[in-house]
Amino acid sequence: MLSEKSLARIEELKKHYPTPRAVVLEALWMWQDEHGWVSQEGMKYVGNLLGIPVHEVYGIVTFYTMYNRKPVGRHKLEVCTNVSCMLRNSEKIVKHLQDRLNIKVGETTPDNKFTLVEAECLGSCGTAPTMQVGDEYYENLDVATVDKILNELK
Amino acid sequence: MEPMILPNIRDYHKIDVYESHGGYQMLRKALGMKPEEVTDEVKKSGLRGRGGACFPTGLKWTFMPKVTDKPKYICVNGDESEPGTFKDRQIFECNPHLLIEGTIIAAYAMGVKTCYLYVRGEYNKWIKMVQKAVDDAYAKGYIGENILGSGFSTNFYLHRGAGAYICGEESSLMNSLEGDRGYPRVKPPFPAQFGLWGCPTTINNVETISNVPLILKMGWEAYSKIGHPKHPGPILVGISGHVNKPGVYEVPTGELLTDLIYKHAGGVPDNKKIKAIIPGGSSTMIMRGEAIEGIGMDADSLKAAGSSVGTAGLIVMDEDTDLIKVITRITKFYYHESCGQCTPCREGTGWMLKLLKRFENHEARMEDIDLLLDVANNIEGNTICALGDAAAWPVQSMISRFRDEFEKRTMKSSPVVSGKLAAAG
Repeated sequence: MLSEKSLARIEELKKHYPTPRAVVLEALWMWQDEHGWVSQEGMKYVGNLLGIPVHEVYGIVTFYTMYNRKPVGRHKLEVCTNVSCMLRNSEKIVKHLQDRLNIKVGETTPDNKFTLVEAECLGSCGTAPTMQVGDEYYENLDVATVDKILNELK
Repeated sequence: MEPMILPNIRDYHKIDVYESHGGYQMLRKALGMKPEEVTDEVKKSGLRGRGGACFPTGLKWTFMPKVTDKPKYICVNGDESEPGTFKDRQIFECNPHLLIEGTIIAAYAMGVKTCYLYVRGEYNKWIKMVQKAVDDAYAKGYIGENILGSGFSTNFYLHRGAGAYICGEESSLMNSLEGDRGYPRVKPPFPAQFGLWGCPTTINNVETISNVPLILKMGWEAYSKIGHPKHPGPILVGISGHVNKPGVYEVPTGELLTDLIYKHAGGVPDNKKIKAIIPGGSSTMIMRGEAIEGIGMDADSLKAAGSSVGTAGLIVMDEDTDLIKVITRITKFYYHESCGQCTPCREGTGWMLKLLKRFENHEARMEDIDLLLDVANNIEGNTICALGDAAAWPVQSMISRFRDEFEKRTMKSSPVVSGKLAAAG
């Protein structure tokens, strides 16, 4: 299910396009915001809502990297390891996060607080290394700032 | 040169500050001109796309049919995902109204009633910033019905992506916007004939379209005299990697790479030598550090130097950089981002990655260098979109310019196929 607010927003967004299908990415975003990840139930729901066969919604969800296809921790830590971040020691950041959280890349802490993933270029090369958490970008990272961020994230 | 795209003015992202510095006056001016006069002005200015391909912007606009019974669209490409590129984000944050003003002027010039701005999903924070600017521009009558009493109406909508580098490719972007997997389309037909929902569409990069009000402000002639004559105007250069002051710098095109690195970005930490640079984002050809002297940041100079200006994302690597690690990471990116439609790219990027890992682990045979080159050569030019080329160029240039780096990483005795290698291969 999506909230009344999201459903109203979808109706509004449909007016921006000649076909309701164009709203699919946004509807999936709303599902993920409300449920934390995009389940098969979510794909069916969004498909029915916009008149898209569910197998096509599945094809869309799996094409894009930002939809979580399984539950993730409360904070998804996405560390860029692409070339500009790599040149500024993003490997150290990843290693530190793995050690400190005692998980590997792709895993979630047992208390479901953090999920650690490696990201492709976040468009933050001038302030590398960078990590995205939710909408927020944490830039010019070093081990000390990472510790500070982890302590602040509730 | 005083920065114009990213002027150093406090709170310039706010509409009243933007207006107090002459903002939206060029929209007013354009609405008083004939649409074809606006296009002509852009054409004569010599503005070329800042998204990587350097295509002449005004010429692109003329491809849109004047008479058609179909709706026409503009799609501004804010998917910015090329590693080393982080300039459009600065426009979203610091000067969103310039982008909006440029887009509405373009819409008027081409008779477009609906404009979309497609922004990569990761940039949600900046999408919200631009949405605020769009809302303010609607409220002031710069977007919407009967703009400034001219009788011209157009809408401006933001569209959020969901994580896919390929969606920066224009036809992939259109498929994504329509609500499909972001697969690139076979061209022709080109977007101006068969774009969004089969209708005439023009796709321009964020920085490109932000130049349009500047052209109207100073006139095409003055604009065409900024920087390199064949690729004029201000350009946003993103400098990253081993420099003291990484960041986005606005300079005239043609600015020397050495000036960008040493004057603007403060040189290399610990005064180390430059081993290599990538001038225009990760897909452009790598250059040896000693080969950058006298080369300018513009399309022609970099082409002559055996690379390209791309998105002007300049990545600097000092003398201690492990270039095999760099090329392996870049190749891993293209392998990850290949959409899988074309066999040479889908299979070839994975094959290149596998070979490069051999070099990374000192497990390669000497003949793997030519095998790697052969794979790259068989991707280039054999795919629907340019992602295949983008994956091949860095590998080809790395081999041709740093072959010794590969040779150093082969197994001591060659050719020997160890049990370990056979298992890996």
